[in-house]
Amino acid sequence: MFKSFLLIATLFLPAMSSASIEIIEFEEPAKEQLYMKLINELRCLVCQNNNLADSNAELAQDMRRKTLEMVKSGSTYDDVVNYMVRRYGDFVLFRPPFKNTTILLWIGPYLLLGGGITLMFLIILTQTKKKNNISDEVDYQRVRKLLTAHNESDNNVNLI
Amino acid sequence: MKVRFLIPLGIFLLMTVLLGIGLTLNPRDVPSVLIGQKAPKLLLPDLFEPNKMVNSESLLGKVWLLNIWGTWCPECWREHEFLNYIASEEGVQMVGVNWRDDAEAAKKFLKDKGNPFIAVGFDPESVAIMDWGVYGAPETFVIDKKGVIRKKHTGPLYDSVWEKDLRPLIKQLEAE
Repeated sequence: MFKSFLLIATLFLPAMSSASIEIIEFEEPAKEQLYMKLINELRCLVCQNNNLADSNAELAQDMRRKTLEMVKSGSTYDDVVNYMVRRYGDFVLFRPPFKNTTILLWIGPYLLLGGGITLMFLIILTQTKKKNNISDEVDYQRVRKLLTAHNESDNNVNLI
Repeated sequence: MKVRFLIPLGIFLLMTVLLGIGLTLNPRDVPSVLIGQKAPKLLLPDLFEPNKMVNSESLLGKVWLLNIWGTWCPECWREHEFLNYIASEEGVQMVGVNWRDDAEAAKKFLKDKGNPFIAVGFDPESVAIMDWGVYGAPETFVIDKKGVIRKKHTGPLYDSVWEKDLRPLIKQLEAE
């Protein structure tokens, strides 16, 4: 009897181990959304490539709890972000603000894109110029003759 | 034509320089925004007498250190002897914050290894930790007479850091 009880009890082990996942109840869906947005955008300082939502570090747990407390007591997005930035600096943000030290970070990709496009057009232009460039006067005359001859039979074709 | 062959070499050199710079940077070294700012008020229950509070306001007018530690942190074990040394031999006033720890284990640790702190705040829920922008242990702050944070050292304290950075700074702050 006892043995079978133990056996049945082991069935509940998985349920117990998953009980440590945080279950949070919100009265308002807006607050839940704000909380989720915040923990996805704030960075864990221990596991530096994780956000607060993904990190299991103890500090991340405490920072999540602090975020939750603030959200539940009616803080706005800016309130929480300012609170964290005042303590941990811009480092805590996965979406850094636009300022002098981060200017390259924000516009760098566009600069690269613009540079790439310009380079591409320059290459295309020089290549097409090379093809169209008929330097030899004799060649030019020949082309002209051929085209006029062609033009007489078909008026739709224009001269270069 | 000759120049074209140099392009891959140029790219290679550029990459080498950039990667070289990247490798020498320490991503763990997060600059503290609190340096040069007024230290947050430290108000924590005393580790030894939980109904008493450790309050940093009583330290105004003194130069002091704040050390974050926990018995779970291996580097804290390593630096402890050095903390004992600077507290007893160099007369440093040091307040400890016991972070996310078991109170009994922490008390035993200090009893066995010596207590370099004038007071130890007990912070199981990272209250002071978040106020002070701490993200790991051990960390040590230097606070001047006006209650302004002047320096933060991340990682264990040891001889060379002490001689090079902290002792001269503390001497200078004492004179201010």
